[in-house]
Amino acid sequence: MNLSLRWLKEFVDIGEVEPREFSEAMTMSGSKVELFEKEGEHIDKIVVGKIIATEKHPDADKLIVCKVDIGEEIQVVTNCTYLKEGDFVPVILDKGHYYEGSAVKQLKKGKMRGVLSEGMFCSVTSLGLTDHEFPYTDPEKVFILQDDPDLKPVPGADIKDVLGYNDIKVEFEITSNRPDCFSVIGLAREAAATFGKELKLHTPEVKTCGKSSEGMLSVKVHEPELCPIYSARIVENVRVKPSPLWLRERLRAMGVRPINNIVDITNYVMLEYGQPMHAFDLRFIKDGKINVRLAKDGEKITTLDGIDRELTSSNLVIADAEKPVAIAGVMGGEYSGIMDDTTTIVFECANFNGPSVRLTAKSQNMRTDSSARYEKGLDPNAVLPALDRACELVELLDAGDVLDGTIVDDNSAREPLRIKLNADWVNHFLNTDLTFDQMKAILEKIDCKLDGDEIIVPTFRPDLLHKADIAEEIARFYGYNTIESTPLSGGAQGKFSVRQKFDMNITDTLIALGLDEIMTYSFISPKYYNKVMMPEDHKLRNSVVISNPLGEDTSIMRTIALPSMLEILAKNYNNRNDHAYLFEIAREYRPTTPDKLPDEKNVLTVGMYGGNVDFFKAKGVAEEVMIRSGVENYEFEQATDMFAYHPGRCAKIIVEGEVIGILGEIHPKVQQNYGIGTRIYAFSINTDKLFANAELEKHYKPLPKYPAVTRDIAVTCSRETPVAALEKAIREGAGKYLESVKLFDVYQGKQIAEGLKSAAFSLVLRSSEGTLTDEQAASAMNKAIKALEKIGATLRS
Amino acid sequence: MKQKLEEIRERARAELEAASVVEDIEALRIKYAGKKGELTNILKQMGKLSPEERPVVGQLANEVRSFIENAVEKKKAELAEAMLEKQLEEEKLDVTLPADVTPLGHKHPLSIVLDEIKEIFVGMGFEIVDGPEVEYDYYNFEALNIPKDHPARDTQDTFYITDNILLRTQTSPVQVRVMEKQKPPIRIISPGRVFRSDAVDATHSPLFHQIEGLVVDKDITFADLKGTLETFIKRLYGEESVVRFRPHHFPFTEPSAEVDVQCFSCKGKGCRVCKNEGWIEILGCGMVHPKVLENCGIDPEVYSGFALGLGLERVAMRRYGVDDMRLFFDNDTRFLSQFE
Repeated sequence: MNLSLRWLKEFVDIGEVEPREFSEAMTMSGSKVELFEKEGEHIDKIVVGKIIATEKHPDADKLIVCKVDIGEEIQVVTNCTYLKEGDFVPVILDKGHYYEGSAVKQLKKGKMRGVLSEGMFCSVTSLGLTDHEFPYTDPEKVFILQDDPDLKPVPGADIKDVLGYNDIKVEFEITSNRPDCFSVIGLAREAAATFGKELKLHTPEVKTCGKSSEGMLSVKVHEPELCPIYSARIVENVRVKPSPLWLRERLRAMGVRPINNIVDITNYVMLEYGQPMHAFDLRFIKDGKINVRLAKDGEKITTLDGIDRELTSSNLVIADAEKPVAIAGVMGGEYSGIMDDTTTIVFECANFNGPSVRLTAKSQNMRTDSSARYEKGLDPNAVLPALDRACELVELLDAGDVLDGTIVDDNSAREPLRIKLNADWVNHFLNTDLTFDQMKAILEKIDCKLDGDEIIVPTFRPDLLHKADIAEEIARFYGYNTIESTPLSGGAQGKFSVRQKFDMNITDTLIALGLDEIMTYSFISPKYYNKVMMPEDHKLRNSVVISNPLGEDTSIMRTIALPSMLEILAKNYNNRNDHAYLFEIAREYRPTTPDKLPDEKNVLTVGMYGGNVDFFKAKGVAEEVMIRSGVENYEFEQATDMFAYHPGRCAKIIVEGEVIGILGEIHPKVQQNYGIGTRIYAFSINTDKLFANAELEKHYKPLPKYPAVTRDIAVTCSRETPVAALEKAIREGAGKYLESVKLFDVYQGKQIAEGLKSAAFSLVLRSSEGTLTDEQAASAMNKAIKALEKIGATLRS
Repeated sequence: MKQKLEEIRERARAELEAASVVEDIEALRIKYAGKKGELTNILKQMGKLSPEERPVVGQLANEVRSFIENAVEKKKAELAEAMLEKQLEEEKLDVTLPADVTPLGHKHPLSIVLDEIKEIFVGMGFEIVDGPEVEYDYYNFEALNIPKDHPARDTQDTFYITDNILLRTQTSPVQVRVMEKQKPPIRIISPGRVFRSDAVDATHSPLFHQIEGLVVDKDITFADLKGTLETFIKRLYGEESVVRFRPHHFPFTEPSAEVDVQCFSCKGKGCRVCKNEGWIEILGCGMVHPKVLENCGIDPEVYSGFALGLGLERVAMRRYGVDDMRLFFDNDTRFLSQFE
């Protein structure tokens, strides 16, 4: 919301306060100033010049040499031969700044075809203005000031002063709870309370031409809930012309383009009171009947912006006897709008239900200044004063003849809300020490009246509903920063939960292993599933779908985080990072039933390429994470059917019979889909399941007292037999003395029969009761060998 | 014989002197003082000596033996020392050659900053709670005093799944869930991912992180809110930070405030960093709206509370001077490896 400081000062005398000081004070009382700007601050050294004499340039037919009075006499050479003696024009002096398009330029005096020119005449656009604000000039030509009846040019005067181009524009961020502050009067009330000054409001007085409007127009509100009050007045003999300078100035400073007096009046009232208005041509109100009703489904209207719109039965419209002439609170119809030959107009001023206007504007995809104000909830009591203000301006601007009588259908409840002022409660809530009278004084500054200990809330403050709202009003004028600060009392023990520490530990482990943490979007494109070769009918394709996504790339919630990881690996690869070892702990979203929340699974995803990474390095990372998380009873099982992974290089990670993760080399086709020219290794582990299986309490194991015996064993077996099976057999066979078993060689080739492989293990045997004898060791080894033989492995001799 | 012994001593001395490797020295020891060495051979002839000569020669022979043995040991030690010197000389390194490290990985910069914020709050007695990212409309809006037709919904462009399910636009729904379940006193923060339909640019992302806090207890006042947040900000930004509270509006708090810190670069004078305002907005906060407490089954006549919320990305961007939010989600290792 832009505010003209000049306009504000009509309602509150804040004196010559510096814009920065004004902004600071308003911000601290709750009306946040985003920025302020002095009009015309980028132009300077431009003054009014009066052309005293013109003569032809001695050496150029298309130039004239002018003697110009700017308080002193200077000479200006110009090609604007239409200029005459007696014309008042803006003159840019040497080193003066002016606009050329949107760029600011500086003038240097010089000679034109040998004749000195001490300045340059300019147009309205060189001043950063347009012919909307100065309708009596041609923007392509030099601005001839005396053509504008409102200008009083004096030679030598600063052009900004002459044009009134010296207001201060203040831009406010108005929060949605303060529709009253979308107006000059609303902000003036805040300024008056902030600076401790009086708010001087004006009561409009309508001087009519004496003629009655009776019988010309009738108004019927069919939906009083959606339109508590509808009022109208009629103006005859409309004289459409530009508005006077003072009004144009104010609209400009508020960021509204002046059009003509009638349109400008409706805008002016909207800015001053925050109350939108509309003007119809009475000729096009069929039978002089206005019906405020819901549209019929499929009913049509062409709005002022020239767009044909189809309405629904949830849209409130202003209709005549037959058809809609405006969408209530949003935009008028083209057909019934003001035209060049309009003679009689109807000013509409009404209050519409906020949510209804909001939904209508949204459904029609047209947010206007009017709808933006209505949707936050306006004061029905502002309607009649605003309508009168418009008629007063008609009179003042000589824009037409106002008829007697207001046509109104009023169903607005006018009983204001009352809230009890409980000073003790407020003091306790804010930790202040104010008396009832001090609070009362603050509330009265913002037009709350007190009836005993009851606050009568003004109807323009729909946000004041509760005693906490009252506490805020008192706090902001007492000063948020005047209230002391106290530390929280009462003991409370802050701590990280077991699960939070568990997750932090996973992060620490991965970082110690050299992996970088990443963060990726939770939403992906459905195409990502194709990229990782997920089968068409796979259940993980069933994703939570965003109904209003930004784009396809972020349109579904991922059921697996792997594609996001691969995207990031690809980005790093494309950025020529020679390796990337990455992890993310984030959620995967699995749909449940349509009206229930999805299941959000916490998953660790790791992706690695480059350097010396291979399957077993990746496996090592996975194992280290699990061991450090307190899960040691994991197993890896060959998996040949996992999408995204190499069918021969993929494993399920199993704990207690349940799959908690997948590990492997990424399928060459997937690698290709992501444009990565090197092998990728990845795994994912469901950390919820990992946590469920974690042994978080650690118990000390005594250090061994007796020496260990080491024995090696080599067997041959089928190539298909996994090493894990051999190891398992050894563990089961060797019995209680086995402390550890470690594979130290796998070989297939020469000296080993076709289809077989050799595997060699080193076993450490130890007893906690004494040094093992040769016999005890041999017995354990024999049992291990027997167990191996059972699964088809034979001892290599 | 005496002469012979003297002669052996001299010969051994000379030969040992000349020896330069350990093996030669050992050979000399065997040659002279070994079981079958020259000295032994001579002593075998002791029988031929007269009883008077025997002890004299015997003593001399022992002297010679111990001389040789000592000399051997000494020479060995000398040689060992020389060899070590030589080895050390040969092993000299160019210590400016590059190191051989197994590099550690890096925490994401957002995690680093979040961890710090969590620690500050845990230190002030807060616990950390988590909740669903895909949430019911009720928890994200309704319970927080933002009904369906509330204009505040316009400012939070929401991703919807169905009419009643959405991607949370804030982490406040977690607080509602906690209040429903837990009796006051409550002192929690809920950090996490939130979603708003903002197109991606240098300062916007459809996914970002919020940290929202909630305190509910008997006698919680606006002064407590101020005290707690001042402490938080001073711990995060340094004791010298200047903090101000500015009235604002949030539907779920009343009174509401935004908190600014005086610009670190210009100390309030106004500069490019603070967009000439002299202050930088840090967080939003306020006293929990009585209706919100009521919605969660907490009696607002008995309890009061305050809530706060701040965006993680903005804190991290200021901390590290990152000028483009996209860098956090691009995850280029050249970026990630700059933070530890």
